[in-house]
Amino acid sequence: MEGTEVSVQSLENVAKICRRSIVDMIHKAGAGHPGGSLSAIDLIVGLYGTQLNVDSNNPDSSQRDRFIMSKGHASPAVYAILKEHDFLNQSDLDGFRSLGSVCQGHVDMKWTNGVDFSAGSLGMGLSFGIGTAFAAKMDGLDYQTWVMLGDGETQEGQIWEGFMAASYHNLDNLHVIIDRNRIQNDDFVNVQMEIGDVASKVEAFGWSVKEIDGHDMEAVVEALQWSMDTPGPSAVVAHTIKGKGVSFMEDNPSFHGKAPNDAELKMAMEELV
Amino acid sequence: MSAPSTGGASRDGYGAALLNLADDPRVVVIEADLGKSTKSCLFRELYPERTISLGIAEQNMVLVAAGLASCGKVPFASTFAIFTERAFEQVRNGIARPGLVAHICGSHGGIHTGTDGSSAQSIEDLALYRTIPGMTVMHPSDDLSATKLTEQLLNHPNPSYTRTARNKTPRIYDEDTVKSIQIGKGSVLKEGNDVAIIAIGVMVHKALEAAENLRSDGIDATVVDMHTIKPLDKGLLDQLATSVSGIVTVEDHSVIGGLGSAVSEYLSENNPTIIRKIGVEDRFGESGDSEELLTLVGLTVESIETAARAML
Repeated sequence: MEGTEVSVQSLENVAKICRRSIVDMIHKAGAGHPGGSLSAIDLIVGLYGTQLNVDSNNPDSSQRDRFIMSKGHASPAVYAILKEHDFLNQSDLDGFRSLGSVCQGHVDMKWTNGVDFSAGSLGMGLSFGIGTAFAAKMDGLDYQTWVMLGDGETQEGQIWEGFMAASYHNLDNLHVIIDRNRIQNDDFVNVQMEIGDVASKVEAFGWSVKEIDGHDMEAVVEALQWSMDTPGPSAVVAHTIKGKGVSFMEDNPSFHGKAPNDAELKMAMEELV
Repeated sequence: MSAPSTGGASRDGYGAALLNLADDPRVVVIEADLGKSTKSCLFRELYPERTISLGIAEQNMVLVAAGLASCGKVPFASTFAIFTERAFEQVRNGIARPGLVAHICGSHGGIHTGTDGSSAQSIEDLALYRTIPGMTVMHPSDDLSATKLTEQLLNHPNPSYTRTARNKTPRIYDEDTVKSIQIGKGSVLKEGNDVAIIAIGVMVHKALEAAENLRSDGIDATVVDMHTIKPLDKGLLDQLATSVSGIVTVEDHSVIGGLGSAVSEYLSENNPTIIRKIGVEDRFGESGDSEELLTLVGLTVESIETAARAML
């Protein structure tokens, strides 16, 4: 993908297809996390479309870029993009959360080709990414590690252990994207425990930080390239809307972890055309 | 920092093993500030490019190990046994659940740790790690066996937790006898037909001493160093259960969940045998020197003898 010209419009089209997949698979499963999947999907589509060097024909290549989805409950977003990049097929997505399915409830490297990390317990992905970034340096390989964090997830202390360690060790092959959708499981982040100006906090830990609108595909693509061009570890804080693209899910805490019913599915699909 | 001494503590044996493994470029050592204590500092001094210092941040350390393992490295991460427990969920969810092979070493395990007091004396680590599917759990009895068992982790297919001890204890093995030690196989140190004493870690030499004393009273005891409590040497347990009157387990660890529990769980269902567990009862330790503390909680040669006699 890297080096290939991909138009913003074509990425936006992929994002729309992925949004339909997300809502559909969660509806089929009767469970899952639509809100955080829909807030993250533009970022993920931009990443896979313009930066991530991965190949479904060689999913275990030691030289592949790593994508560490630390907010692993947004697994439908990952499965949706993996389908668009031929790691998964429709029947895999249809099995989401069912017994024996390669699409586990939370992303799991043991179950799914193209998944680099077993998430589900928040706060761990950045540290894992530090490990893969270190391994690249030790082996003299130039693959990149991209870690996606949720904003609520930054309430975990381990995240800050990781931010501190990565800048101390100057891991310039490590990139973080924070999905700042302002909602966590129980309620809005500023109700549960406001994290405030997270960009300044990350900066204070020695990182370069850029803030963007996480649904502006052009800005997403630019920011990812900025991260590549920036020396040292760098983070993109993407301001997003939870449930983006489905009006009744947008900015609605109740759709953090709830499946749409039949009527809601119909309404959502009518909007996602 | 000191080099491994003759008859060193098992943590010295761990440090020596890391050096012996250094020729394999996959080996990476990870520290959370306590390398001088766990003895990974020996590796760091010679191989700084393959040593990662992560500061006092155990949770981060465990997932960095997982990330390295996912890229084909063989990470050895160490800190005090008690502080590995802070990252228990990280070991469970970050290493073991995805089937990654990384090795955790917890030094300063047990009451034997001494004057630092109860905050540093992990007496539950073996119980915790034993519950994680696929996890190998070990507690060597001296420096030589710690070296040998750690070396065997290089191509071991499972993640592991190894507890080492801070303080020196008499050597159980010599350069020759240690060659036969093997992960998952209990070492029979002495054979006898009356009772079996199965011990672990710093209590193995006390078990041997108790067996000597029993011998002078005409009681023949088998003594086993069960350095690996998971996977447990079930074949050896079956054999012992059918050949002796009873089994005494001895560990510097809580009687809840450790060696005694592991042996009891297996034999009660497969080969019911009278078992007496000697370990730390349901309590915390305190400051004191190692021997004072072991005596305080009843981890003595005499208590082993008394338990063994009661089997007959």
